[in-house]
Amino acid sequence: MVELVIYGIVLGSIISLGAIGLTLVYGIIRFANFAHGDFLSAGAYVALFMVTGLLAWIGIPDTTFGSLSFGWRMAIAFPVSMAVVAGVAILLDQILYRRLRAKGSGPVILAMSSLGAAFIIRMIILILWGADSLFYRPGLMRPAIELPLGAKIRPDQVLILFMVVVLVSSLHLFLKRTKMGKAMRATADNKELALVTGIDTERIIMWTWGIGGALAAAAGILYGIDVQLHPYMGWNFLIPLFAATILGTIGNMYGALIGGLTIGVAQQVSTAFLMPTYKLPVAFVIMILILLIRPEGIFGKE
Amino acid sequence: MIILSAKDITVGYTEVDILHEVSIDVQAGEIVSIIGPNGAGKSTLLKTIFGILKPRNGKVTFKDWDITGLKPNMVVRKGISYVPQVDNVFPSMTIHENLEMGAFIRNDDYSQRLREVYDLFPVMAERKKQKVGQLSGGQRQMVAMGRALMLDPQVLLLDEPSAGLAPVLVSGIFEKIKDINATGVAIIIVEQNAREALKMAHHGYVLAMGRNVLDDAGDALLANEEVGRLYLGG
Amino acid sequence: MEIGGIIAYLVSLAIMAGIYAVFCLGLNIQWGYTGLFNIGIAGFFCIGAYASAMITTPKPTGVYAHYVNQIFGLNLPFILGLLGAAVICGVIAFLIGIPTLKLKEDYLAIATLGIAETFRLIFNNEHWLANGPRGLMGLPQPFQGLVDPKNYNYIYLIIIVIIMVVVYLSIERAIRSPWGRVLRGIREDEISAAMSGKDIFHFKMQSLVFGAMVMGLGGALYAHYTKAISPDVFTPLYGTFIIWVMLMAGGSGNNKGAVLGAFVVWGIWIGTKFMTDLLPYTLKARAPYIRFLLIGILLEIILIYRPQGLLGEEKEVSKLIE
Repeated sequence: MVELVIYGIVLGSIISLGAIGLTLVYGIIRFANFAHGDFLSAGAYVALFMVTGLLAWIGIPDTTFGSLSFGWRMAIAFPVSMAVVAGVAILLDQILYRRLRAKGSGPVILAMSSLGAAFIIRMIILILWGADSLFYRPGLMRPAIELPLGAKIRPDQVLILFMVVVLVSSLHLFLKRTKMGKAMRATADNKELALVTGIDTERIIMWTWGIGGALAAAAGILYGIDVQLHPYMGWNFLIPLFAATILGTIGNMYGALIGGLTIGVAQQVSTAFLMPTYKLPVAFVIMILILLIRPEGIFGKE
Repeated sequence: MIILSAKDITVGYTEVDILHEVSIDVQAGEIVSIIGPNGAGKSTLLKTIFGILKPRNGKVTFKDWDITGLKPNMVVRKGISYVPQVDNVFPSMTIHENLEMGAFIRNDDYSQRLREVYDLFPVMAERKKQKVGQLSGGQRQMVAMGRALMLDPQVLLLDEPSAGLAPVLVSGIFEKIKDINATGVAIIIVEQNAREALKMAHHGYVLAMGRNVLDDAGDALLANEEVGRLYLGG
Repeated sequence: MEIGGIIAYLVSLAIMAGIYAVFCLGLNIQWGYTGLFNIGIAGFFCIGAYASAMITTPKPTGVYAHYVNQIFGLNLPFILGLLGAAVICGVIAFLIGIPTLKLKEDYLAIATLGIAETFRLIFNNEHWLANGPRGLMGLPQPFQGLVDPKNYNYIYLIIIVIIMVVVYLSIERAIRSPWGRVLRGIREDEISAAMSGKDIFHFKMQSLVFGAMVMGLGGALYAHYTKAISPDVFTPLYGTFIIWVMLMAGGSGNNKGAVLGAFVVWGIWIGTKFMTDLLPYTLKARAPYIRFLLIGILLEIILIYRPQGLLGEEKEVSKLIE
């Protein structure tokens, strides 16, 4: 049980990364981005391409750090993939959503467009890599670290938690300390006033997509390290991401963090009673309960 | 010297025009009050000057620049600031952050200006770190004005600053507006509270049904019997 | 291929397009006329298909029961299968509507998506329910004995067309009634519809349930056409996404557009199959993904360049009744 909770925190921290990006996009650009799950997949597969393809080809040695399951290749691939997916998210906005916004299309049309983008990303992954599960480094089991109460945790998972803490803290500092970060919060708060104040909201939107895409990529890679890569991995994260976002109140980054951890723990703990394939319905049921009891989420007003 | 002028403005949200060939002039450093019944198009005029609405006809000139149809984020760079009637603060941010956002487009060191604004609103200086969403209506209105002043504008547009405030707070707000004006900022103020607005105005305009009805010095309008009967409630 | 083969092929194509047209009509009630964003059509597809399958087949007995698990089997006629599918889908839509229809549009989208994925997982994992991933086989077809099994598809096509026409006419009738006018009022401007004293929640609920019932019919029609169903059919791609593209392509808010869109997009879908058949052997396995990629791009192009679809919305509806 303790072990399930720990695994739940690992899974939850990954969900949190995705949900924070989703909630920022939701809060600032004001539509439900159904392609967010597939940003996770995109990040994971871009990193896979780097680790097993490009970086191998240019001769970066296939070493591992200590008892972790990866080394320099992943250390390079990780930030590059974040940047690539940030670029993809911004590009999608420029090609699709910006045009729709300019035409005055409503949020539902934007959401539909993002659903289309989700399928496009997934199909590209399927075309390039096929439908099978893949691994960054197949068949390498690392010894687990023994914890009190008989629980075990793998070194990779410790690193995942560490990376999530680093990324979330950096985002926190960015939003609290930098001019651009504050302008993002201002735009989320009151877009019309932000415009009146002279903030270039289109630029804010680009930053938002960039950050959302980068965090999603990180989440996807971390999940790939922890479990495996699959073309539908991101799509299967979509419901948990929305559940975490709604639970933590749409637009609230800290809410998304708490929401993600809650959903992750609930999903893992449920495997003690249910088949592991029911993780997704567990997230879904939690979401429906929130919608019934407190649709504005834990940090919502009223 | 006329610093801002709107000439023959015709504008509407849809095909229906709200304003018909409305004109106003603002001298540097003066307070101009725009009064008139509900639906006269007073707020629409401010929105058009600031570029939120694009006029179908007419011209807005600020200093030597034709700013007609310029977007708000560009107008604000020219030296005009605008305080909307509602939703005029960033509620989840602190007072200090609201002021910083006011200075968003400044790339120079604005700490001097920040001090001046805090001097103007000492209440705000005491609670810099407080979230604006937790403040009272009157305090929020001050934050909104403080935010707009961060750019050191030459013209400040105020849309119904006393709306929704308790009567005891209204005079406080008007005092602040006079203080702001005393620092040399020209102010265009749109008000329901017409009598108070004319008292402090150097010049006043009366709008009705989207047209210019009358304009004169503030005290002259106050003394005008017809204005008193029709627009100041007897 | 000789001429008979070509005709048989066209008939099978028309049957699938007709089934999809029924789904498009159902979606058109929800989206086209009410603005409800249901992206879990696959869920109703799935439920409709399984409901009708279990209503019309007998519960397995004897040796057969060792291989096929099925929670119930009523062995009732086809028509009751259709009705049952519609009713069960309506009930499920009602349950989804309760927590979501009072909230912003996207909540309904997320909830329908969740329900679709959940049902697929349940049918896949719970072997006692409907035989798990292997699914159900040997579904009965109406009027089976009448003609040579080789020519049965002609009969089924007639059935599809009749049902399509009935659904089409009943939707047309409904939307031309005062009820339909309220729906469009809600879609255009929820606030003013609310101010004119309309109980928006109930109207939305009726539209959601009505649309879902039509989708249930579609699911049942599909099940009895293929005679075998398994959970992997009801994926977001085949069960939801392509239906959205069809409706958007044809013109939402227009029932003729919904039907036209189904035939056009299904035609394109089949057409791309011939294209990908030309691909080198190594790429063949991934051909469906290439085809879906094209469909996804098609949706984006429609949304940006022709959001009204081929036919656009019928603006004259209210004039016609006066």
